[in-house]
Amino acid sequence: MTISRRTAWLGSVCAMGMMALASPVASPAMAQTTLRAVMHSDLKILDPIWTTAYIVRNHGYMIYDTLFATDEKGDIKPQMVETFSVSEDKKTYTFTLRDGLLWHDGAPVTSEDCIASIKRWGVRDALGQKLMSFVDGITAVDGKTFRMTLKEPTGLVLLGLGKPSSNTPFMMPKRVAETDPAKQIEDFIGSGPFVFKKDEWKPGDKTVYVKFDKYKPRAEAASGLAGGKVAKIDRIEWRAISDQQQAANALAAGEIDYIEQPSHDLLPILKKDPNVSILNISQLKGQYVFRPNHLHKPFDNPKVLHALWYAFNQEDFLMANIGDAEYIKECKAMFVCDTPLATTKGMDGLLTGNTKKAQELLKEAGYDGTPVVLLHSTDLKILTNLAPVAKSLMEKAGFKVDMQSSDWQSVVARRTKKEAPSAGGWNAFLTAWTAADVMNPVSRAYLNSACDKALFGWPCNAEMEKLRDNFARETDPAKQKAIAEAIQVMLPSYTPEIPLGEYLVPIATRKNVKGILVAPVPVFWNVEITK
Amino acid sequence: MPLYILRRMLETIPVLIFVAVFVFFMLRITPSDPAAILAGDSASSEQIEAIRKQLGLDQPMLSQFFIWIGNVLSGNLGESFFFKKSVASLIGERLEPTASLAFFTLSLAIIIAVPLGVIAAYKQGSWIDRIIMGFSVMGFSVPVFVIGYILIYIFSIWLNWLPVQGYQRISEGVGGWALRLILPSITLSVIYIALIARMTRASMLDVLSEDYVRTARAKGQIETKVLFQHALKNAAIPIVTVIGISIALLIGGVVVTETVYTIPGLGRLTVDAVLARDYPTIQAVILLFSFVYVLVNLMIDLVYSLLDPRIRY
Repeated sequence: MTISRRTAWLGSVCAMGMMALASPVASPAMAQTTLRAVMHSDLKILDPIWTTAYIVRNHGYMIYDTLFATDEKGDIKPQMVETFSVSEDKKTYTFTLRDGLLWHDGAPVTSEDCIASIKRWGVRDALGQKLMSFVDGITAVDGKTFRMTLKEPTGLVLLGLGKPSSNTPFMMPKRVAETDPAKQIEDFIGSGPFVFKKDEWKPGDKTVYVKFDKYKPRAEAASGLAGGKVAKIDRIEWRAISDQQQAANALAAGEIDYIEQPSHDLLPILKKDPNVSILNISQLKGQYVFRPNHLHKPFDNPKVLHALWYAFNQEDFLMANIGDAEYIKECKAMFVCDTPLATTKGMDGLLTGNTKKAQELLKEAGYDGTPVVLLHSTDLKILTNLAPVAKSLMEKAGFKVDMQSSDWQSVVARRTKKEAPSAGGWNAFLTAWTAADVMNPVSRAYLNSACDKALFGWPCNAEMEKLRDNFARETDPAKQKAIAEAIQVMLPSYTPEIPLGEYLVPIATRKNVKGILVAPVPVFWNVEITK
Repeated sequence: MPLYILRRMLETIPVLIFVAVFVFFMLRITPSDPAAILAGDSASSEQIEAIRKQLGLDQPMLSQFFIWIGNVLSGNLGESFFFKKSVASLIGERLEPTASLAFFTLSLAIIIAVPLGVIAAYKQGSWIDRIIMGFSVMGFSVPVFVIGYILIYIFSIWLNWLPVQGYQRISEGVGGWALRLILPSITLSVIYIALIARMTRASMLDVLSEDYVRTARAKGQIETKVLFQHALKNAAIPIVTVIGISIALLIGGVVVTETVYTIPGLGRLTVDAVLARDYPTIQAVILLFSFVYVLVNLMIDLVYSLLDPRIRY
């Protein structure tokens, strides 16, 4: 193909015109560092205690601080707390806040603020509610010290206050924390390393944070969600790009610097770009689960459910959804592999795709051919292929499956219905949890087996509830682990859920973005943009 | 004429009432629950129920409808479930990007499509005609998002001339505003160029065989004047109709284009609201779109009388 002189001239003029339009006007603002990130979702709600949505939790970590936090190894460390002590009878905890903690409006953080924040969190969060059932009272000793007294000892105090994921107990000013827990807060003053710019917040477009100059980080190096939260970037913008392909294009073109959860199928393209880094953060992972509804046939029969443990194999689910062996891990540990409570006890021979055994069990259980209404979410790529794989494996085992497809939000709405499957209810659906949410028996929401009070699926098992209570009361980590093992061993006997393997969720950044922490939640302190 | 306009404006009221009723009840009977979405994945049934109560979704459907319609009649479009802002302010924020995109798109479509249609008619049967009509078929057939991705690959990633995505408000600089609208408006205009060019060609072909055109040529009028002054003016009514339809179709087009190019306009607001089951926002946006649709139709009818003196209202 040849290009004429006129075409070349026209092309040059057009290009120059576009470049002239594109050239930024020099301004003092250019001296500041700005990181433009695409998060997994747009931020629409701003109260991380009112909702459990992960994007709101991430927002919480930007502007709020926590009393305790988990480090890179998963150990709970003091964060806003300078020192704490536990009485000999383990019924009184005394916390003293660090010096120099300030709210974004310049007021000092006080004990009263923290007490009000813990109380509000304790109303909303499941783990918080459990903890508060042990709490006799929380009182301020002075401006920086407060005391929590318990009715009986529990291992939930630090586990709760250092809870890394939704709902994380973020500290808020007393006037904000006194908001009715059923209503959303309307004042967004925090004491975290970044300040929320409400005037620049445009849902569907961008969310802006600026560095809080008066934030006093801990002296230790940052580790996980703990340690010194040093904000090294002046301004962080969360850009709302809903199209994954466009986010990848924008990263390649240098229009953004960071993608929190790039789609796995785009990773091979991004890897080839010399200006892009892909970071595998070991703690940023998800776990697939199968959730049956215990209210209706055929899953009201534990023996029928037991057959599923043999019908399923994790590899099929992981490969069908993630498709790249680099990002998947077959893991039968209910409380997530490579964590303190991880164990494979009770899982021998299960989740291996033993169709013959599944068929035998189903026959023994007296399965009468009642169709299983399996909800299939079609719009979230990370979940799309789960239900078809489950359908295929279940049918091989002898189940009749009626897979009903809809968008995820319809699944969310439908799963709360207790009606029979034929009347708009359901028998099973599949979803994913982030690892940080399911690492112990109390925070693992689907293990709640309190019948009507349990989450959708409504499993009913008094023994499991007793074990979870024992776990909550136990303060010795070794004994806690023993209880977690006992819980895992009893799972196949009534099947509140089935773990279907783990997958890594890498972060994609421009090469000059450094300092991303190994943490169960994507956070932006310690991150910097190098030249 | 003023009476005609008044009558037409009054006629929009039953249309808008029908749309309001239809949208309201369609949303309520679809399997969705904004409260469950708002509460998040680990929320308990009690928490979801509490939110449902707060939003007024626990009330009978008819009560909800009358509360909403009462508010709308008093000029209050309600508050978004998700954004915690008034729907009116949300729409206000999103109007500029969509209006800018629509303006660029239609301008581009008319400037390119009308001359192309005239040329195709004038050169009927020639290779120029076939190329223009071939482009027209392609413009109809290729989905907007495919055109979008191809243009992005060429102009943003390969040549690095234009930004991949985003929108800059006109108050932040006309240059950046225009630059960021180039690719989206080209993407969106392709189908309208195809549509308007085809209609212009067909309409021109009818007119070019008329006696007055032959007379104009016999008088020695130059061909450009014959085509654009005599023929095009008389062929204008179907073209204006198609342009009007294009404005209505544009409402659908911006949804995809704004999503592909990450433009925070009404199209994206609609998608976000639908995905989040944000009833007040969906209802208000659909009502607004219907009103615009009705208004565009009225304007087309008024333009008819300007183009053709025989049409009187």
